[in-house]
Amino acid sequence: MFLDDYFRQYGLVAIFCVVAVAVPVSMMLMSWGMSRVGLRPRAPSAVKAETYECGMEAIGGKWNLFNFRYYMFAILFVIFDVEVIFLYPWATKFLSLELFALIEMAVFVGILLIGWAYAWRKRDLEWG
Amino acid sequence: MLFQDVVFWLLTVVAVGSALGVVLIRDLFRAALLLVAVFVAVGGYFVLLNAEFLAVVQVLIYAGAISVLIIFAVMLTRDVQQGNPPNRLQIPAVALAALLLAALVTVAVDTQWSFLPEGERQSVELVQTAAVSDISPETLEQAGAAGESAAQGVGLADLLIGRFVLPFEAVSVLLLAALIGALALVRPRPAPQDARASGAESASESAGAGAAGSEAD
Repeated sequence: MFLDDYFRQYGLVAIFCVVAVAVPVSMMLMSWGMSRVGLRPRAPSAVKAETYECGMEAIGGKWNLFNFRYYMFAILFVIFDVEVIFLYPWATKFLSLELFALIEMAVFVGILLIGWAYAWRKRDLEWG
Repeated sequence: MLFQDVVFWLLTVVAVGSALGVVLIRDLFRAALLLVAVFVAVGGYFVLLNAEFLAVVQVLIYAGAISVLIIFAVMLTRDVQQGNPPNRLQIPAVALAALLLAALVTVAVDTQWSFLPEGERQSVELVQTAAVSDISPETLEQAGAAGESAAQGVGLADLLIGRFVLPFEAVSVLLLAALIGALALVRPRPAPQDARASGAESASESAGAGAAGSEAD
C-alpha cells in the first residue's frame, strides 16, 4: 500500500506545494543570512519604506472602503463557480456521452446565461 | 502508509494552526486569508480519503467562492481596521462552540467507522475517486439507477444526464433564482424623488442610481 498509483499522481501536487513554500522562505532566509555575514548592505530610508504601487505614490491608509459594486461581480463569480462543479463530471465523461448529454448541458448553461443576461440588462456589470 | 501519515500530520498542522489563527488574529483580513488555508487543508483531507471529487468541490466552492464572499464582506465593511474587538457575545459564543464540539466528538466516537453497514458503505462510494467516471453496479442499484449499468463504467455524469436529469436542470433554475435574487438585493436603491429634486449634485454622484431608477418602472 506504500505509494499506490492514486497517491503517486498527487506527488506532483506535493512537489508543487513544497516548491511554493520553499522559494519565498529561502529568499527571505538568504536575505537574512547575507545580512548576518555582512554581504547585504543595510541603509534604510523613508523612500524605501514606502508602499510600492506601480510607481505611483500610494494615497491613503491601508484600508479604504471598496466600492459596493464589486459585490455584484463576487455574486456572479460564486454562481458560475457552482456551475463549474456540474460541468466537471460531465467533462470527464464527455467523449463517451451521447448528443443528449451535450444538449442537456447546453440547456443547463443556457438557463444560467439568462442570469448573466439579466445582470447585463440591468446594468449591474457597468460602473455607474 | 507512512507517506499518508506524514501528509496527514502536515495537513493537520496547517489546518489547526490556521484555524487558531482565524480565531486569535485581530486583523480580520488576515483571519479571512487563514480561513482559506483551512479550506485548502480540508481539501487535502478529502484527497487522502480517496474522495477526489469532494476535494475538487472543496477547493472550488470553499477556497474559491465562499472565501471570495467572506473577503468581499470584510473589504466592504466600514471600520474594519478596528479588527476583531472582544464583545458581549463572548460567553454565549464559547458555550455554543463547546456544545458544537461536544456534538461532533459524540458523533465521531459513536460512529462505527470500520463497520459501516453495507448500504452506507456504498453511498460513501459516490463521492470517492472513481465515482466521477466509474460507479459500481451495487451503488447504482442503491441510488435507484440500476438500469444505467452498461458495459462501460457509469459515472456521475451518466447519472446527471440520465436518471437525475430533471433535478439537474432544476439546479440550474435554482442557481438562476439565487443569482437574480442576490443581484436584486444588492443593487443600489434608486434615489428618492424628493431628494433628487432638491440636490442635483447628489444625483451626479452616481449615474447608476438614475439608471436603476429607470428600470424600476
